[in-house]
Amino acid sequence: MDKMHFKVTVNGKQEELLVEPRELLIHVLREKLGVTGPHIGCETSHCGACTVDMDGKSVKSCTVFAAQANGADVTTIEGLGTPDGLHVLQQMFKEHHGLQCGFCTPGMITRAYRLLQENPDPSEEDVRFGMSGNLCRCTGYQNIVKAVLASAAELNAVKEAAQ
Amino acid sequence: MIPGNFHYHRPESVDDAVAILAKYGDEARAVAGGHSLIPMMKLRMADLAHVVDLQAIGDLKGITVDSSTVTIGAMVTQHELIASEPLAQAAPIIREASLQIADPQVRYVGTIGGNVANGDPGNDMPALMQCLDATFVLTGPNGTRDVAAREFYEAAYFTAREDDELLVAIRFPATQGGYAYEKQKRKIGDYATAAAAVLIEKDGSSCSAASVAMTNLSDVPVYCQGAIDALIGSTLDASALDAAVAAMQEAIDPQADNRGPVEFKRHVAGIMLRRAIERAASRA
Ligand SMILES: Cc1cc2nc3c(=O)[nH]c(=O)nc-3n(C[C@H](O)[C@H](O)[C@H](O)COP(=O)(O)OP(=O)(O)OC[C@H]3O[C@@H](n4cnc5c(N)ncnc54)[C@H](O)[C@@H]3O)c2cc1C
Repeated sequence: MDKMHFKVTVNGKQEELLVEPRELLIHVLREKLGVTGPHIGCETSHCGACTVDMDGKSVKSCTVFAAQANGADVTTIEGLGTPDGLHVLQQMFKEHHGLQCGFCTPGMITRAYRLLQENPDPSEEDVRFGMSGNLCRCTGYQNIVKAVLASAAELNAVKEAAQ
Repeated sequence: MIPGNFHYHRPESVDDAVAILAKYGDEARAVAGGHSLIPMMKLRMADLAHVVDLQAIGDLKGITVDSSTVTIGAMVTQHELIASEPLAQAAPIIREASLQIADPQVRYVGTIGGNVANGDPGNDMPALMQCLDATFVLTGPNGTRDVAAREFYEAAYFTAREDDELLVAIRFPATQGGYAYEKQKRKIGDYATAAAAVLIEKDGSSCSAASVAMTNLSDVPVYCQGAIDALIGSTLDASALDAAVAAMQEAIDPQADNRGPVEFKRHVAGIMLRRAIERAASRA
């Protein structure tokens, strides 16, 4: 079947390549673009390890056809911070031991990023509900929730200081 | 898990989408959010030669609340249903139910149209739409027709929609009185073991109007006239609730699966309906 021209912006960089429409966004990212932050976990749309931010929404990239993502603006964990300049969420996951084995972390942080964009001042319940599409196989949820709450506090403090 | 290959279409109008569906017959299928269809294609339980992506069709988007009628475009996502203030004013049961569907990532992309057109007994919107007495607006090669949600479901994955018809919108009257959507699930993000959608209006202490429908307790959603009859005219006392639950038990036909044996599902269904009636009554 015909390949299609596929354009996507990943972490601010424009990419153009040929894909089969059926290819899943997670495979294009990892295998064709070398963006391996988003992980392949369950492959059944449940675990959220493959979560990326697509056009301002958190999506499970194992359940998006490349064809559907044509023209999209995608942010992955790689787009949020660098090893030298960690994103606040990355810093807080480190400080609050929100990582454990680390497999779910890119999806967790990418999801938490959108959650805090939409709700900068979440309660613990908001965080638990907002992160419910991401599973941690170490069941390290307690510290993940702490890290997200600490990130919200940190980001709000920075915002206040700027005003 | 890689889906089979297909030709991909991204029409920009309802007419173009319908023309593609009509041309390829059962070889073609619409994709809305894809969160029911793509998992099926990954498992190779659905094998399609043509996929018609609806995302570029502006006419399928938007929520309007007009005097007392609500109209929701088929491509409105569950996330948008939750966020819409006018909708929360006109029919708060939609937000309550939508918040219990799947998880945030799925709700950003899953659409109301895909949820009701899918015909999966596990989907939450079909029973809710029956409870609301919604009308589904279908457009095909020969024009547009209305089908009542209560007439739409024939068997699991079989509906009154023809292969070449598109669900374009859903319409229902704004609700009055109290409402509740009660859902039991194994874990957050799961489909219902049993769920109940209830609307109740009161005149003084007496129930003047009611609507009841149940999710995932038969191969189609169960709109429950017997339960409604038991409630209307009562003071919603214990005996009326018992009668409503008994009538509902007559109407459902749960099957044993990984969510539990039939007895357990019947038990849970009774609890969900009782809670939903009590909560709806307390809000009426
Ligand atoms: C992990 C997970 C958990 C979930 N949990 C729940 C849950 O608890 N409750 C629940 O209700 N759902 C649940 N879902 C399903 C989810 O809400 C789906 O997104 C939704 O049911 C289907 O909507 P969609 O837009 O993704 O449709 P699609 O997957 O795109 O389409 C589904 C079907 O409907 C057809 N279709 C779609 N739109 C139209 C249209 N406009 N006209 C004609 N035919 C159309 C398609 O051809 C296809 O056959 C879950 C999904 C996942 C992945």
